[in-house]
Amino acid sequence: MLTAEEINEIEAEAVHYPKREAVSIDALKIVQRHRGWVSDESLRDIAGHLGMSATDLDSVATFYNLIFRRPVGRHVIMVCDSVSCWIVGHDRVKKHLTERLGIEFGQTTSDDRFTLLPIVCLGCCDRAPAMMVGGDLHTDLDPQKIDIQLEKYK
Amino acid sequence: MTGTTEKPLTGNMRPDGSGLDMPAYEQAGGYQAIRKVLTGGVTPQRVIDEVKSADLRGRGGAGFPTGLKWSFVPRGQSTPNPTYLVANADEMEPGTFKDRLLLERNPHQLIEGMIVAGFAIEADVAYIFLRGEYTLAAERISRAIAEAYERHYLGNNILGSGYSLELHLHLSGGRYICGDETALLNALEGKRANPRAKPPFPVVAGLFGKPTVVNNVETLSCVPHIINHGATWFRGLSRAKSGGTKLYGVSGKVKRPGLWELPMGTTVREILEEHAGGMRDGLKFRALLPGGSSTPFIVEEHLDMPMDFQEMPKAGSRMGTGTMIVLDDKTCPVGMTWNMIRFFARESCGFCTPCWSGLGWAERILQSMEEGLGKPDDLEKLAFQAKMWSPGHTFCALAPGAADPLESAMKYFRGDFERHINEHRCPGR
Repeated sequence: MLTAEEINEIEAEAVHYPKREAVSIDALKIVQRHRGWVSDESLRDIAGHLGMSATDLDSVATFYNLIFRRPVGRHVIMVCDSVSCWIVGHDRVKKHLTERLGIEFGQTTSDDRFTLLPIVCLGCCDRAPAMMVGGDLHTDLDPQKIDIQLEKYK
Repeated sequence: MTGTTEKPLTGNMRPDGSGLDMPAYEQAGGYQAIRKVLTGGVTPQRVIDEVKSADLRGRGGAGFPTGLKWSFVPRGQSTPNPTYLVANADEMEPGTFKDRLLLERNPHQLIEGMIVAGFAIEADVAYIFLRGEYTLAAERISRAIAEAYERHYLGNNILGSGYSLELHLHLSGGRYICGDETALLNALEGKRANPRAKPPFPVVAGLFGKPTVVNNVETLSCVPHIINHGATWFRGLSRAKSGGTKLYGVSGKVKRPGLWELPMGTTVREILEEHAGGMRDGLKFRALLPGGSSTPFIVEEHLDMPMDFQEMPKAGSRMGTGTMIVLDDKTCPVGMTWNMIRFFARESCGFCTPCWSGLGWAERILQSMEEGLGKPDDLEKLAFQAKMWSPGHTFCALAPGAADPLESAMKYFRGDFERHINEHRCPGR
């Protein structure tokens, strides 16, 4: 069941488009914002609300990087692994994060605190290497800075 | 905007990194261009003619003349309704970080450019298609749109002119391919972002099948200034054939990576040495990609060439987005190429076979080379794949864009590739 709040938020976006299914990506993101990820049940509920088949909606959901079809931790760390970050030290950032968190890319820590994912260029190549934690951008990363920043996310 | 006319796009930005809100933007001369156009008896055709005469070219990378694109939109009573305008703010080309600045620091400049562009093509509805990771930009644009509605610069009957425009912000679900204009339209329709076959072109049958113009953020941000100061002034800002300034950026191991608004046609050397401060101590310049990951490498002999749409092809490359990625002599060119091909392989939408199949294959070959498992015929295989990605074999420019850095890397760094294969290791490690 979608909550009244989720439905209101979806409908507020839906008025911007002439076709109901056009709001599907917004709807997936809205539900994800409330629940952390998009479960099969959420997917069916959203599809039903928009008058789409769950299969059609899943083909959309699985296409986009920022929609999670599996549970994630409280904070999703997205580490840029594109070329400018790679040149100036992505490997060091990657090594430090995987060692510190004890997980590989695509995994979540056992306390559900962090999920670690790669992401394409974050568009701050003059301040590389970079990562995002939730909606926050962190740049000019080194192991020490990563340690300080991650402490802010409980 | 009046402001600093040599740097129209960035001259009024605040040094503290905050965005210009409505009062600050108006105080700097903002929203004068829409007054001039909407209440000054200017016709849409006049606006198109002025932008054509300014020789504004698309700043998303392709360099297509903006005024010409606008002129292809069918207009008049019998045309399909509504007409759409979309700002492509899906900045995801690796190495590219220019639109972020415009979106975060001067959102009203983009909105004003969209109102003028919308008037010129007689658009009814406009969208800003913003990548989902640009959270700060999303916050500032949302606020700026609300401010513009409050001041009646958006909505019904703008400034009593009879022209109406609705503007909405769409936050992307995230995928590089959305930067392709037809893939972007599918994403806006709530579908998978597979590119569409062209023709029909979006200007005739685009979003929801209606006439649609898609322009880059930097392109649209130039528009108010062209209206305020004229086409002749705009062309005068440039040292090249096409008009205006350009946001040039440099990343990689240079002393001062950054972004600068400079005359279009500034030389590669000036950007690299004077603005970015040259290479970090102890490193030598080896090559660079002029404008993002999908532009071919250029080398030392090309450094004195002007960075613009017409000149870069003479170096066998393209200006692309104008944000350079620099390769130094201590970074492995094979590793760098592997990184870029891995990106393209991962971001392929999976629609055209040469792209989804070939990119993955090439990525594995490059990985094996880096891991010391390269085979003698690998270079031949890579060259074959790159040929399969040439324009016409796929719907969009993703695969051709992957071929460009791969083929140019094999041309300029052939010895490095051969050493990887012959020595069974990456010599850089």
